[in-house]
Amino acid sequence: MIDAVGNPQSLFLLGGTSEIGLAIAERYAARRPLRIVLAGRPSPRLDEAAARLRATGSTVTTLPFDARKPETHADVVEKAFAEGDIDITVVAFGLLGDNEKAWTDVEAARELAEANYVGAVTVGVALADRLRRQGHGSLVALSSVAGERARRSNFVYGSTKAGMDAFYYGLTDALRPYGVHVTVVRPGFVHTKMTAGMKPAPLAQTPEQVADVVVDAVRHHKELVWAPAAFRWVMSVLRHLPRAIFRRIPA
Amino acid sequence: MRGTRAPGNARSGPYTLAPVEAGINDLRRPLTGWGRTAPTTAHVLPVSGLDELSRAVREAGERGIIARGLGRSYGDPAQNAGGVVVDMTGLNRIQGVDADAGLVTVDAGVSLDALMRRMLPYGLWIPVLPGTRQVTVGGAIASDIHGKNHHKDGSFGNHVKALDLLTADGEIRTLTPDGPESELFWATVGGMGLTGIITRATIQLKRVETAYFLVDTDRTANLDELMELLTAGDDDYTYSVAWFDSMATGASMGRAILTRGWSAKVADLPKKLRDDPLGFNAPQLFTAPPIFPNGLVNRFTIRAFNELWYRKAPKSRRNEVQNITQFFHPLDLVGEWNRVYGSNGFLQYQFVVPFGAEDTFRRCIEKISSSGHVSFLNVLKRFGEGNRAPLSFPTPGWTLTVDIPIGPRLGQLCDELDELVLDAGGRLYLAKESRTSAATLQRMYPRLDEWRKVRAAVDPNGIFSSDLSRRLAL
Repeated sequence: MIDAVGNPQSLFLLGGTSEIGLAIAERYAARRPLRIVLAGRPSPRLDEAAARLRATGSTVTTLPFDARKPETHADVVEKAFAEGDIDITVVAFGLLGDNEKAWTDVEAARELAEANYVGAVTVGVALADRLRRQGHGSLVALSSVAGERARRSNFVYGSTKAGMDAFYYGLTDALRPYGVHVTVVRPGFVHTKMTAGMKPAPLAQTPEQVADVVVDAVRHHKELVWAPAAFRWVMSVLRHLPRAIFRRIPA
Repeated sequence: MRGTRAPGNARSGPYTLAPVEAGINDLRRPLTGWGRTAPTTAHVLPVSGLDELSRAVREAGERGIIARGLGRSYGDPAQNAGGVVVDMTGLNRIQGVDADAGLVTVDAGVSLDALMRRMLPYGLWIPVLPGTRQVTVGGAIASDIHGKNHHKDGSFGNHVKALDLLTADGEIRTLTPDGPESELFWATVGGMGLTGIITRATIQLKRVETAYFLVDTDRTANLDELMELLTAGDDDYTYSVAWFDSMATGASMGRAILTRGWSAKVADLPKKLRDDPLGFNAPQLFTAPPIFPNGLVNRFTIRAFNELWYRKAPKSRRNEVQNITQFFHPLDLVGEWNRVYGSNGFLQYQFVVPFGAEDTFRRCIEKISSSGHVSFLNVLKRFGEGNRAPLSFPTPGWTLTVDIPIGPRLGQLCDELDELVLDAGGRLYLAKESRTSAATLQRMYPRLDEWRKVRAAVDPNGIFSSDLSRRLAL
């Protein structure tokens, strides 16, 4: 149960090595140790992440999870909830991919679509079922500003995020009557391994900054947030620019 | 717990949402405690009869069931996310009065307000009253509430002669404090509704001549003066409580207004009140509308309020006649006063530390005063002897209560206070509790495991569960 001052007792991170996801977990663990379930592909990085969180005094378990195996998702979610209620669930897995490859190569396109969209939806359905039954909890979906208007430079990734964003945006209303709060988070450019080597875009954030936005949004049951908050207005303008101007904005 | 669903229930499989009956989804409602924090959603089931109630218990699903009265607990004991919450206020009949013996038998959903109005004409008085009359008898027992007379009369459970408990098997058992199932009786007193649903209780009332009080007021310059006065004089009074200024620091830290008194005799009353000495005199002025912004209760408004409140009190006054609202329930003057804190809500932190831990007590007040958090309902009192209930809160010592609007770092302040309280062998009050940890609670209530054993025997599948029981692993 999330208590009166906003301390959760449990957190389930899908995308167990996501830097933003882990920064969120660390924010909560620093306030009060909690039970954390990390779901991700078994790897030394996943084990390292678990060890780092254990250092906060939290109880951390890992679950093997592959975003591209949707048939296993209900089972993974069931296992995560087997130990008890989950107060905060963070859907943080996703691939950026190589846009040039992704729009010219079927397999590359499919990998992005399956991991970022199909996986997010199948996980979302299983989560919705569990959360509905427990009658409380927060579900955080890490979307992206890239999904708000497709750009030449990353439109395949953007299209998958647009899809998952719409799903969780709608799920927000579907789960509201059940006491479950869904927050869709749209970060801009974030300095992570996913973007390593890329030229930072304006308003670039660290995972910790995004985590602060998320913690605040969960606390106040906000349903849609941007990171940084200023992106809300930036995107509002960008969405409405005539295409002739929009396509001239440098990537 | 899934296996406990009654056979014949058309819904089956692990994904069944509504365990009680079709159509119950319509009753799904978000609930909070009086502090308006941490909302969760449950199927709220209003009941008016015992058969209905028993059926609800027998058919409770995997998320269990809990009773709710008037929702005055500050935290989450009357919430049950995803499960069933029974609204007990429909079970509100006064079953019988034995005026000579001063005994009354009531349904659990009867409020202390209603009971007081009905008993005063007999010259009978509710033996333990908390800071509001808007609580049910069932809740009063389940929280083992206390009042200003704890140092003389103990807590509510001390005055319960018998209670009917609907247990997980769907049966109703009559329990008494010294009868064959006295263990279950005392596990139910202070048991936060987790042993079963209290349906009825017989209470020993006190005899009074009037509905008024003779009150002595003393204003003290600081905490030391206050504690000295309390230690020296408390035993002369039936009722005793102090309000203190949570924001005063330095030499005036803990400055307070101490009010103590007795039930007034007819001869004590002024002439105009003697015609109707037992008249119920407890006005409510208005109900607060739900329009208050967050942040209205802040350090400036509260500093001003505290200053005014402190200065308006006389330095010392003796034998003033006060009515029920003045003396017991100034907060009941305004209905739904919790709305003043805005939508973020607030929490109440109440602890007791044993006599001898005065230093800890002082450090706690220092910590609160200097924290930057504000509180204006600050109450300080000396507790007397506790009772046999393993989870009953009051133990001999000093108790302190503050109401703080939810704000940044409040959790940290409370965690630090927990440590001080724990080190002194003190504890928190479950009816107020909304944010501590299971490990902390375990250390505060050394008899918790004893209570768990009684509960496990009577409710092996944990049918009775609440957000509180999940949060604190009760």
